[in-house]
Amino acid sequence: MPLIENGRIGEDAWSFIPDGEPVPNDRPVIISFERWQAERDSFEGRNARLGVRLKSGTLAGSIAADLDRFSLVALEFPKFRDGRGFSTARELRERYGYTGEIRAVGHVIPDQYLFLVRTGFTSVEAPEGTNPDSWAEALKEITIAFQPSLDDTAPLSLLRRKLKVG
Amino acid sequence: MNHIAPGARAGIYHYDEIDRQFVAERVEQFRKQVDRRLSGELTEEEFKPIRLMNGLYLQLHAYMLRIAVPYGVMSATQLRKLAAIGRKYDRGYGHFTTRQNLQYNWIKLEDTPAILHELAEVDMHALQTSGNCVRNVTTDPFVGAARDEVVDGRVYAEILRQWTTMHPEFTYLPRKFKIAISGAESDRAAVRIHDVGLLARRNDKGEAGFSFYVGGGLGRSPFVGKLVREWVAQEDFVAYLEAILRVYNQYGRRDNIYKARIKILVHELGLEKFTQEVEEEFARLRGPKYRLDPEIVESIRQHFAPPPFEELPDHSEVLERAKATDPAFANWLAVNVAEHKAPGYAIATISLKPAGGIPGDATCDQMDLVADLAERHSFGELRVTHVQNLVLAHVKKDELYDLWKQLDAAELGSANAGLIGDIIACPGLDYCALANARSIPLAQAISARFADPVRQRTIGELGIKISGCINACGHHHVGAIGILGVDKKGTEYYQITVGGDPTLTTAIGDILGPAVTETEAVDAIEAIVDVYLANRADGSERFIDTLKRVGHAPFKERIYAAD
Repeated sequence: MPLIENGRIGEDAWSFIPDGEPVPNDRPVIISFERWQAERDSFEGRNARLGVRLKSGTLAGSIAADLDRFSLVALEFPKFRDGRGFSTARELRERYGYTGEIRAVGHVIPDQYLFLVRTGFTSVEAPEGTNPDSWAEALKEITIAFQPSLDDTAPLSLLRRKLKVG
Repeated sequence: MNHIAPGARAGIYHYDEIDRQFVAERVEQFRKQVDRRLSGELTEEEFKPIRLMNGLYLQLHAYMLRIAVPYGVMSATQLRKLAAIGRKYDRGYGHFTTRQNLQYNWIKLEDTPAILHELAEVDMHALQTSGNCVRNVTTDPFVGAARDEVVDGRVYAEILRQWTTMHPEFTYLPRKFKIAISGAESDRAAVRIHDVGLLARRNDKGEAGFSFYVGGGLGRSPFVGKLVREWVAQEDFVAYLEAILRVYNQYGRRDNIYKARIKILVHELGLEKFTQEVEEEFARLRGPKYRLDPEIVESIRQHFAPPPFEELPDHSEVLERAKATDPAFANWLAVNVAEHKAPGYAIATISLKPAGGIPGDATCDQMDLVADLAERHSFGELRVTHVQNLVLAHVKKDELYDLWKQLDAAELGSANAGLIGDIIACPGLDYCALANARSIPLAQAISARFADPVRQRTIGELGIKISGCINACGHHHVGAIGILGVDKKGTEYYQITVGGDPTLTTAIGDILGPAVTETEAVDAIEAIVDVYLANRADGSERFIDTLKRVGHAPFKERIYAAD
């Protein structure tokens, strides 16, 4: 599936390994949160990068204590209308200080891309056949924001400001 | 453009180039989203929330477009534009809503980009008037004018308007989210039936702060908002809301649309646990990033500086003479005019509830007239109330008689604010795809039955609120008399509740008995009124107080005795 990063289609170095299938040791993989919980000891001493995939009902606090084990956290959107991931990403960044990649997976549409970026996501797994222009455009079409975004340290006193995204 | 020289006119938030650019970009974004829907790139399922967040609903017969009127305050210029749009794209009228907005009920999809473009010319839009996001924040329609005002709610409603606009985290909430602010001693904004209700107050140092009520709401499970925090200082105003919304976004139910509002979360978690979650988020969010700087509050407050009131004696000879000679005017004055904080001025409510009329509807000619009157008599500004009336907030007492004569000539002079004719009704089955029954014809029939202004005044304060279905858009739960439309095997029936109260003493009404037909409903209302008048103490006891004292029995007996 096409990976969207910085408004463009990018290379995906990661692969998701479904539960029950063997986990390769020599390349970056994403496993489910459930597998992590059940088999965490088996990942001791692993050198290749590890990512974890959270269902939308699994909130940031569930993984907080283990965040230093993961280079990537993938947050699932079962439906694009299920907006829990926006809060989860923000909690991962602001509350738990996570600095690795946060990826949106599942049903996400370009019209949400700006919100994803502003809440701390770094990449999006888009559906096959997606229109790359719509993703690129999504970061450019609105240039104004009314609240501080994640990487914006300016205080709230500047309610309205020009966005610097993309 | 809509720029009004500050100081010369009443307080309105003045857009600057950044605000205008934002609206222009959103209009263009929506135009492209429509194109992407037409090309098939966006599915209907994906397009729907996008359309809703641009104010566009698909109703029973046509599209409805809901225009945002932030906290119900607008300029005469903006109202004229709304009239022009109604004439050009609708059927010559518009409908003012309980969210202090305006909606057009007969819109063509293909006209919407042009309408949004015209709205942008006067710094208006339809953003976030629907969808599962934070909706238009409402406030006291007497804001900035009422004699009992402690804090100016417009300032904080405007801060929230900005903060909630395209909030990246809170645009795909479990369900819609409604906030109301009241900054006066009397609650004219029904704060405790909102997802978040804010009572703005001052501490003994004179500093502004807020009591937060959370989890109020009507619909199929009505709840009165619960006090989550007694005092949130001004600097924490946004941080505390951010904490509430984050807890809601994470824990609010998404498995059942009818259980997705924050009221259900508060109910299911319990007040204590909910409050604890919010306090934890808040403790962490508190800090420089989310602190509301007093400077920004002051800069926004300047937009709402008082208009240049003349120094007038509070007593007006002109007014007294008119009152003595014209009893119809005297009646309107007693019912529709409220005390203003500036001596010699008054607050006038323009009723959109003529006897037999459709609550909240105004023709485009009426809108033009009100715009003219606002310019002539109220510093070019007016308000929409959550009971679907209009308000001119700063009228010289000397000019009230003149004003009323012009209103009366245009069927806008009904003396029924807060009385039995001042009915709230949802659009009902005449427009709405969700409704089980019609609301408007019943409202018309009731207001026609009680058309006599003297009789209305004799009855006194008695709000009737009608919803055409359990979603309760007509606020029937908090009507002194509430009416709910239900469908019984294809026939419209109406269930009557009594004892609801939308003010600070918020109460949900109780069902009086079995549902009745439309014709029976009008008779039943009249019977309730008769029983009340026969039982009320000292000739002035309010309906809800009499009801509390005598209970349901005498009312039930009269209505259902024949069965």
